[in-house]
Amino acid sequence: MSAEQKNQTGGSLLELRHIDKTFNSGSVSELSLFKDFNLSVARGRFVCIIGSNGSGKTTLLNLLCGGETPDAGQILLGGRDITKEPEHVRSRRIGRVFQNPAFGTCPQLTILENLSLADRKGKSYGLSRGVSGKKLDEYRSKLELLKLGLENHLDLPVANLSGGQRQALALLICTMTPIDLLILDEHTAALDPSSSENVMELTRSFVQEKHLTALMVTHNLRFALAYGDRLLMMHRGKTVLDVCDGEKEALHVRDLTERFNEISIEDGNDV
Amino acid sequence: MDVFLGLFTGVVQEGFVYGIMALGIYVTYQVLNFPDLSVEGTFPLGSCVAGVMIAAGLNPWLACLAAFVCGAAAGGITGLLHVKLHITDLLSGILVMTALWSVNLAVTSGSAVMPFYNQPTVYTTGPAALIPDSQNSLRAVVVSFVFCLIVKVLLDLYLKTKSGLLLRAAGNNPRYVVSLGKDPGNMKILGLMLGNGLAALSGCILCQREESADIYSGTGMIVLGLAAVIVGINIFNGLKFLRSTTAVVLGAVLYRGVLVAALQMGLPTNYMKLLMAALLTVVLVAYQTMPAGRRKKHVS
Repeated sequence: MSAEQKNQTGGSLLELRHIDKTFNSGSVSELSLFKDFNLSVARGRFVCIIGSNGSGKTTLLNLLCGGETPDAGQILLGGRDITKEPEHVRSRRIGRVFQNPAFGTCPQLTILENLSLADRKGKSYGLSRGVSGKKLDEYRSKLELLKLGLENHLDLPVANLSGGQRQALALLICTMTPIDLLILDEHTAALDPSSSENVMELTRSFVQEKHLTALMVTHNLRFALAYGDRLLMMHRGKTVLDVCDGEKEALHVRDLTERFNEISIEDGNDV
Repeated sequence: MDVFLGLFTGVVQEGFVYGIMALGIYVTYQVLNFPDLSVEGTFPLGSCVAGVMIAAGLNPWLACLAAFVCGAAAGGITGLLHVKLHITDLLSGILVMTALWSVNLAVTSGSAVMPFYNQPTVYTTGPAALIPDSQNSLRAVVVSFVFCLIVKVLLDLYLKTKSGLLLRAAGNNPRYVVSLGKDPGNMKILGLMLGNGLAALSGCILCQREESADIYSGTGMIVLGLAAVIVGINIFNGLKFLRSTTAVVLGAVLYRGVLVAALQMGLPTNYMKLLMAALLTVVLVAYQTMPAGRRKKHVS
């Protein structure tokens, strides 16, 4: 039983029940990743997920977002079964920032056009004007929150922005409309240290202000400890560490690396 | 001098009509990043539909609308094959192009050429009748120009609507469209419908000038359209005040001009398609403009 489940009963926003997932089923390269995997996340939690390559972090996110479907089991978001929902339908309630800064925005379109599109998320895209002048001030004030000066370059194609700027914009875009769940998929991994810090600070402030529930996969152990209020360590499709609040705050990077090493030894150093 | 003027008006007139098709290819190839071959079938489809309707005494303007709708339907099938049945983009186009050969023959009841001489066409009725018959070739240029201009302006306006922005996003970053809660596959289908509708409209207008529909008229349309898009965008986009759509139309006129010039310099007509392909090859090598990041599969 995880720390989360001990602390609270019911009221969880996200629930994964008895998830099975096997890749390349029936072939020599068959890989059974998840076997009866369970996870429940309470509303308002900011969960950091760490783990070595192949531990199932990314698959977990793909299962949540709809890029992969589980072989068995159920995924519930806000009490609704979304296991079979297509990716684009889930996206209306789930925001995702990708590792690759090029994924979260449309490079050819301008900042303004990107924001205007994002503003309509979940609604219809008809034949009305793509960019409305009425919203300009609102967009500017939102861009000011990023502290990157983008509010003065509304008509610049996003392709001209740096990775850090794009990632900050992607974060703004996917939290612009009300969402239930924010997924951060190693979203600082491709950025330089100072951009990473900036994007992480923005992440913290957006999650706090909008009371979002967030799942963040990261390889940066320092970020995993400094941000969020729950930490999961995954290994071979299992949760090997699950701590909340005070317990998490008591952890040090050293503890995590030790735990990583233990796992590595268990596996005969093949990690 | 008169000969030269005649050639010039011919090039400009045809260039504008092919420009409409090139705008269609601009939508599929440039905006959607989809190499759509069904155009080779939808272009003559437009002309066959128009030919049959006009020969039957129906309104030529109605024929234009019908051609657009038929082309859009065929483009929709290309899209469905690709998006719903997961057939590759090139193959979806080839399937539809091949199937349309029979469809076009069915439309014309089996004849490869469908003449409708002396029937009213868009070049002789409606607003075109304001220009007297004596100014025949000028009238043809004006009609072609106005048609092309209207299509271009409507396309420009569309690409600035919410739906248009989403279409551009679907070609540029399908993942982004998914994250906005929309299925990029549907946008692809929509774009293919638009592109092929325009190709059919172009075929419909071209055949009305010749007063005869020809099921062979589609051969080489991909090459012509692509050349127009690539030449136009690379040569004319340096001029910042020109929109891409304008550049594409100018590209069509320029490309047409080069072909006609070659014929005038004594190239036998039989070598026309060879020249078209050779020219596009030169253009492709010169600019190396395969759109970056073209993905083999759409994000489903």
